[in-house]
Amino acid sequence: MKICCLVKEVPDAAVQKRINPETKRLDRSGEKNLNPFDTHAIEAAMQLKEGGDVEVDEIVAVTMGPDSAVRALHKAVALGADRSLHLTDGALEGSDVAATGYALAKLLESESPDLVLLGQQSDDGECYTIGAVVADHLKMPSLTQVIKMDAAGGKLTLERQAEYGYDTVEVELPAVISVGDAINEPRYPSLKAIMGAKKKPLDTKSTADVGIEADRVGEGGSRTAVLEINPPPAKESGEIIEDEDTNETVEKIVAWLDERKLI
Amino acid sequence: MDFDLSDEQRLLRDTVRDFARQDVAPVAEELDRTKSFPYELVTKMGSLGLMGIPFPDEYGGGGADTLTYALAVEELTRIDSSVAITMAAHTSLGTMPIHLWGSDEQKRDWLPLLCPGEKLASFGLTEPEAGSDAGNTKTTAKLEDGEWVINGAKQFITNAGTDISGCVTITAVTGDADGRKEISNIIVPNGAPGYEQGEPYRKMGWNASDTRPLVFEDCRVPEGNLLGRRGDGFKQFMQILDGGRIGVAAMGVGLAQGALDEAISYAKERRAFGQPISKFQAIQAKIADISAQIEASRLLVYRAAIEKDRGDPFTLTAAQAKLITGRLAVRATEEAVQIHGGYGYIEEYPVCRFYRDAKILTIGEGTDEVQQMVIARRLGC
Ligand SMILES: Cc1cc2nc3c(=O)[nH]c(=O)nc-3n(C[C@H](O)[C@H](O)[C@H](O)COP(=O)(O)OP(=O)(O)OC[C@H]3O[C@@H](n4cnc5c(N)ncnc54)[C@H](O)[C@@H]3O)c2cc1C
Repeated sequence: MKICCLVKEVPDAAVQKRINPETKRLDRSGEKNLNPFDTHAIEAAMQLKEGGDVEVDEIVAVTMGPDSAVRALHKAVALGADRSLHLTDGALEGSDVAATGYALAKLLESESPDLVLLGQQSDDGECYTIGAVVADHLKMPSLTQVIKMDAAGGKLTLERQAEYGYDTVEVELPAVISVGDAINEPRYPSLKAIMGAKKKPLDTKSTADVGIEADRVGEGGSRTAVLEINPPPAKESGEIIEDEDTNETVEKIVAWLDERKLI
Repeated sequence: MDFDLSDEQRLLRDTVRDFARQDVAPVAEELDRTKSFPYELVTKMGSLGLMGIPFPDEYGGGGADTLTYALAVEELTRIDSSVAITMAAHTSLGTMPIHLWGSDEQKRDWLPLLCPGEKLASFGLTEPEAGSDAGNTKTTAKLEDGEWVINGAKQFITNAGTDISGCVTITAVTGDADGRKEISNIIVPNGAPGYEQGEPYRKMGWNASDTRPLVFEDCRVPEGNLLGRRGDGFKQFMQILDGGRIGVAAMGVGLAQGALDEAISYAKERRAFGQPISKFQAIQAKIADISAQIEASRLLVYRAAIEKDRGDPFTLTAAQAKLITGRLAVRATEEAVQIHGGYGYIEEYPVCRFYRDAKILTIGEGTDEVQQMVIARRLGC
């Protein structure tokens, strides 16, 4: 079985996020790191490999991004992936979610994975949607918010977070699965793994290498455009009930909740 | 001039940062309060490769450079000094002499145990009458029937008395050469007959780190435990202290940064006169001053590390770095306590521990006055 993990380079969690008013895109300058949500996907892949219920031949870390994204790949292989794949091309710049999903799907096609794992969201864009878009292009089932994963007999049994509790689902491979951060506690890369990261194979691909149609990616190929960015409206200040007589206060609170059909 | 860290350096720094926050921070207060040695954390650091960062791969070390080591020490100290000094003393004082001057056999015996942190190493230089004047060693070692017979005492030795302490490398007078004391380094394994570790000291800080006096009474070890050449002891410990200073200086930067982290987050939360205290100019000035000094000191520490990695002379830079970072740590932790007001005097707040942990940095591995001597000498005085 071959597992591909989608990973992304994002601004480090400690960096104050800022929108560049000119490009209306996130300012991605400053310290960067591997998207923390993706470390859960790699860990999930490692646990499948080490669990022994399925034969995992290979874990491949896959990213699309500028040159600097190589660092995210180094971290991914330090965390256990066997090799990595980097799609990088000026033509991809400014791709929206749909275009990015298309490009990643084309890249993944060249690998024919049995399982694609990714984190449920990126720490910068926070769209939560890439998994579904990729799955659609690859014609594979898509599952999101997965918090438990067991493999047996060519099938995966999963627990997927639902509004109340979780759903238990079975899925046949190949599939695209985005995992929630509750799925596992990612390991730390050891110094030995860090020092060995650059020795693991890394392939760089351009759009042409994987047959990406130029007019379907980049700013031109994206069908959405950001027109304006505004901060969310400030919350209205709530109603403060002074507690003079506790019985009365409780009644007031109950009445308030009742009015809004909350109880 | 290249200010970028390599991928490996960044990755290790980030890993240690995560480890310190997730695994060290939750237990640091308790370890300090109960004066408990951090056995579990040492095991974890060992499995991550943090107990043997600069030593060769073939012995289980990380094969990384001094800058990588300094980054790891800095990030640990940012959260807890006791854990950091345990790792740093083990690495740059304890294991380093064996790595640098050990025979193949000594390396084979010790490094595979020390690099993964299964056993701890320590360095016994200081004595009751030999601190700054470290050459004034009174401990003696005499060769008798193929064994060194050691008599004397060591003072303030880190990592020598834990359940996993493996050995201490000590300086001892092994004879006279041209009317001058001949000093040599000898490896004394824990459990050697006649080698006793005293009770741990009651310290101002570094409470979870193991510091004890050592006593040698007709202690016998094989002749082959001599480290390097007989009579090279003085030269060797000077070299060890040179390198050790980079680690201690990284501790100064880390501790100051940890204090600043706490001070900023507290100042943004704490309100007085209707606004967060971080909005007061007086508080902002403290934060700004400390942050500027941290950044400058950090560069000096990294430069000392880079000089060492390049094989350039680094004694001057390392002494300068140690001098300013120790003082910075003392000042930064004091300001951080000040910003916390009364809460800074209460042990529930990490800055309280940081303040107690800071002072040793102007004393250990050469006092400020000794650094000034080293620096002035290098400047031709
Ligand atoms: C917690 C802790 C851990 C330690 N760990 C170790 C360890 O693992 N191994 C080890 O060998 N040692 C260790 N030490 C010892 C430490 O390195 C010494 O305490 C330090 O070098 C100072 O020596 P001293 O205490 O004898 O002070 P002294 O040398 O007596 O100094 C007293 C004062 O006189 C000043 N002074 C001395 N000489 C001069 C001079 N020529 N000019 C100007 N001023 C001078 C000093 O700067 C200082 O202010 C540790 C100490 C502590 C407290």
